[in-house]
Amino acid sequence: MKAIGIIFAGGQKDSLKELTEARASSAMPVGSCYRAIDFSLSNMVNSGINKVAVITQYNSRSLHDHLNSSKWWGFGTKHGGMFVLSPFLSKDSNTWFRGTADSIYQNITYLKRSQEEYVIITSGDGIYKMDYRDVLDFHIAKNADITVVCKDMHTMDVSNFGVVTLKSDGRVDEFEEKPLEPFSSIVSLGIYVMKRTLLIDLLETIVPQGRYDFVRDIVIRYRKQKAVYGMMYDGYWAGINSIESYYNINMDFLRSDVRDALFFKEPYIETKNKDEPPAKYNANSTVRNALIGSGAVIDGLVENSVLFRSVRIAENAAVRDSIILEGSEIGEDCVIEYAIIDKAVKITTGQSIKGTKHNPKIIRKNSVV
Amino acid sequence: MRKKEMMAMLLAGGQGSRLGALTKTKAKPAVSFGGKYRIIDFPMSNCINSGVDTVGVLTQYQPLQLNRHIGIGTPWDLDRRNGGVTILAPHVKEGEEGFWYSGTANAIFQNIDFIDMHNPEYVLIISGDHIYKMDYARMLRFHKEQNSDATIAVLEVPIEEANRFGIMNADGNDKIYEFEEKPNFPKSNLASMGIYIFTWKQLRACLVEAHDRYKDSDFGKHIIPMFLEYSKNIFAYRFNGYWKDVGTIDSYFEAHMDLIKTIPEFNLYEDFAKIYTSSDHQPPQFTGPDADVKASLVAEGCEVYGLVHNSILGPDVKVANGAVVRDSIIMAGSIIGENTEVVRTIIDENTIIGNNVRIGVGDNVPNAQKPQVYDTGITVIAENSVIPNGVTIGKNCAICGVTETLHYHNAQLKSGETLEV
Repeated sequence: MKAIGIIFAGGQKDSLKELTEARASSAMPVGSCYRAIDFSLSNMVNSGINKVAVITQYNSRSLHDHLNSSKWWGFGTKHGGMFVLSPFLSKDSNTWFRGTADSIYQNITYLKRSQEEYVIITSGDGIYKMDYRDVLDFHIAKNADITVVCKDMHTMDVSNFGVVTLKSDGRVDEFEEKPLEPFSSIVSLGIYVMKRTLLIDLLETIVPQGRYDFVRDIVIRYRKQKAVYGMMYDGYWAGINSIESYYNINMDFLRSDVRDALFFKEPYIETKNKDEPPAKYNANSTVRNALIGSGAVIDGLVENSVLFRSVRIAENAAVRDSIILEGSEIGEDCVIEYAIIDKAVKITTGQSIKGTKHNPKIIRKNSVV
Repeated sequence: MRKKEMMAMLLAGGQGSRLGALTKTKAKPAVSFGGKYRIIDFPMSNCINSGVDTVGVLTQYQPLQLNRHIGIGTPWDLDRRNGGVTILAPHVKEGEEGFWYSGTANAIFQNIDFIDMHNPEYVLIISGDHIYKMDYARMLRFHKEQNSDATIAVLEVPIEEANRFGIMNADGNDKIYEFEEKPNFPKSNLASMGIYIFTWKQLRACLVEAHDRYKDSDFGKHIIPMFLEYSKNIFAYRFNGYWKDVGTIDSYFEAHMDLIKTIPEFNLYEDFAKIYTSSDHQPPQFTGPDADVKASLVAEGCEVYGLVHNSILGPDVKVANGAVVRDSIIMAGSIIGENTEVVRTIIDENTIIGNNVRIGVGDNVPNAQKPQVYDTGITVIAENSVIPNGVTIGKNCAICGVTETLHYHNAQLKSGETLEV
């Protein structure tokens, strides 16, 4: 493969409130057994890219825990591999990453030591399956300097996205991040392709000028001077940028078309193996329309919900329209509706926890209710 | 090569003919167990959980799936620079013909060079036939404390069943003075579990001598009697956890039913001493809006739309709308068609059962070809088989291959019949 990868996994998202107090958005658990970054990491490997840098910064402990071995995604090779890049102190630098562009700039050795012609840059919190080779083919065919992967979100509120308009030949015309008044339904998915040497040149130009943001200071600022193209993508894609979108992404996995595309069609999305036994349904359990992680033990009722690994649902408990993260226990006679129960939570006997569809109730990690 | 205190030799070459169609194309240790596992995962995981990081796996019968499963030992953290897992197949030696492994001890004898290479103090001999969790390090401590030459793990069995086992007669200190294979009048209830620790020097000498005396040297038949003959120290190490021989269709089935009890005697759900397996694809499992799943284990990647009671589903099994699965074991990748009913049946991997099929109905007639294998009412369908729409299949049946309607008389396979295509 003639490209290397960069995954931005360092960003902070206040919009996820309690859920990102203890983890980066790229480490958000989704779909019973994955973390968000599994999707971009697997996409990289499945696209034949075997050298990938993951840039971490904010709340990186749980992300580093997840990335403790590159073998889960098949990076354990002599050539290439996974490079986890975190802020560090040195003679020339003693700051945190001041932005996405700065985070690459501070690790520019990674770019300079590589020989591959192209760089594929993505964020670590998108949920999708994509062959980046298609994007690279588009990039080469268009003779582009920078390619941005875009998607038409139709009627969805896009004020949280980078909103784009394209000219008839596919060139990016307008591009504004989180516009107050969105002027288009087309958004950037945060997936970019460019030449490695061009990225080095641009970084060495902008960062010394005090410009640190990859999207604002490279893609948007240079969109007229350079050939910046948008490639439309119409497969499943979902980004985690609010509690509601996080809730909806998990519920999307209850759709068989989403499961077929993301789970059962090769190439597969890989995750860290936790060696849990099969899920155990006991004699009085009732489970309908639910995604169940391995190692779960169910005695009660589970409906329209997503259960992660090793969750326990006690007898006479009822869980509806909820997301229960790994290792949490729901006690007897509890009623849980429209809730997101974070990891390792204990809900004691007889509790009632209810949110609403648009405002799910969140229970903090490790808490006892 | 750095010296190892104890290494393991895992006997995995047996056919396991009493498992019928399940071992037609794979060795017994490679047969699926408990949904996502294979039988060999249990001794392999016990090794790494006991700190034994050098394991030789002796293969002979149908080793393809076993080799693929073990690979370089990654799931068990046995991909080591020093030690790790090594597959040992029968081989040709200089100046002579090659020989198959003719007995359990003969297999170890043929790999003396491999053991010498690691130069261990002690060798653990285990097999890929049993379901249990055991800390071999504790057994080694016992072996050293007793200054034993050979230590045999034993289980106390009900005395009325003792005639089915190799029985150890031991003194008050658990020192063994006599070994009887399946005695008619057992004097003790200490049954050998087929797990041995030997001081390597002693075993090595004995293997060489046994090879001169017997062509098919075997641990139970020859090595243990020879150790007794030479008045070596042999001790019984008492084990009191769950241990199950899954060598017959019935015991294999019962061991599965043990797993689905509300509080199973054999617990896979505790955090320590996990059982590891090779699973390359592990999405979560989906239970549909009209599904009814009770008292069952359901592995990763399953999509259940029908009814599943008292059953075990391996990874990536699909149970379609209106299908009913009761008291059955459905292994990885198999599909149960719409409105199909499966009762007391073992369906091996990647098998497709059509729509409106009924399996496990009728009288409990033992299998005509192999009455000693299929006699408890359980029907077995081999891996990669296909069952066409609309047929009815009885009890104690065995089916292998891609079957079509024309292979059935009046769309029926009666109890006790065998169909191989």
